[in-house]
Amino acid sequence: MPSIHALANPTRFLKIARPATPVCFWSGVALMLFAAWGGLTRTPPDYLQGETVRIMYIHVPAAWLGLGGWAGLATASFVYLVWRHPLAALAARAIAVPGALFTALCLVTGSIWGRPTWGTWWQWDGRLTSMLLLFFVYLAYLALNRADAERGGDGRIPALFGIAGSVLLPIIHYSVVWWNTLHQGQSIGLTGSTIDASMLWPLWYAMAGFTLFFTGIVLMRMRTMLAVQKVEARMRRMARG
Amino acid sequence: MKAKHQRLTLGLLAVAAIVGAAVLALSALRDQASFFYSPSDLARDHVSTDKHIRLGGMVVTGSVAKLSDGVTTRFAVTDNVDQITVVYRGILPDLFREGSGVVAEGHLAPGGGFVADNILAKHDERYMPPQVAGAMHKTKSLDK
Repeated sequence: MPSIHALANPTRFLKIARPATPVCFWSGVALMLFAAWGGLTRTPPDYLQGETVRIMYIHVPAAWLGLGGWAGLATASFVYLVWRHPLAALAARAIAVPGALFTALCLVTGSIWGRPTWGTWWQWDGRLTSMLLLFFVYLAYLALNRADAERGGDGRIPALFGIAGSVLLPIIHYSVVWWNTLHQGQSIGLTGSTIDASMLWPLWYAMAGFTLFFTGIVLMRMRTMLAVQKVEARMRRMARG
Repeated sequence: MKAKHQRLTLGLLAVAAIVGAAVLALSALRDQASFFYSPSDLARDHVSTDKHIRLGGMVVTGSVAKLSDGVTTRFAVTDNVDQITVVYRGILPDLFREGSGVVAEGHLAPGGGFVADNILAKHDERYMPPQVAGAMHKTKSLDK
């Protein structure tokens, strides 16, 4: 497959990633700020929850990146296992830390939201528990990756773990459908949304902004990893003299 | 068969196996993973009165009453099939409303009904400004 090989060339990747990093990062920051302004000052409060509903503009994009991050990590792991492209392994590793952070952000904002609305910081319902599991799976992936690298592994075992972990994604998504939960059902689907249009629009900007910001961070981390690899290779050559 | 194709086949088989395992595990979990009993679950299954459980459903409109001691609330919870009376002594969460979702933690009373020691409010997936809330139940849920 020549197209995938072309993308996997580190020099070509860097040529695209170098200008793409600041573009993603700063447009992401700008969109997030715009969404925060819209969500805090330009939308009405909810009829039931009042002002508390505004935490949605952080909670929902954070949840999306926690899940989307793992989907990306699993895809990259699959590509690495099948086509053995080192850049795919690098991408999976680069996604793990921001993915874990956004999953944590989702759990924390959810807890803060739950206290005034449901009357509890935490309950072991299907949605909350499966999302907490995803956070632990991210941590396990990070630990496994480090252990694998320290023992001189080629990253195949973390990649397998990355694919296996994606089992959680449908479970988290359908947890509110399969089981009765404290968490409400999904508000945004393919057929439309149950969030009134006057409250929904900043959410789209927030989702786009968070995603661009996340992409910028992942590109930054990938470039750092490539640079570290280059330095290490040069050190080895020098040591051989 | 090239090594790459072999790996692709193996990889796809692994994904299929993982998905299969998940489906099997989840179908076995189905009832055990539910957060609460509905009133019709309680009517059907025999749950011991000393078992601490959660009961979930909608607060029946017009059923909420404060008892004469001033701190105990009595209301009915329904899942549109069965209905059960809940007694709760304590402060209700802000989002506790008639016609809205509720999860009560407690146990079944020996003489029937449910004694709650904690009440959680459950809201649905609809968000709207107060002005539109009058037309509230006209918006449909996504999965119904």
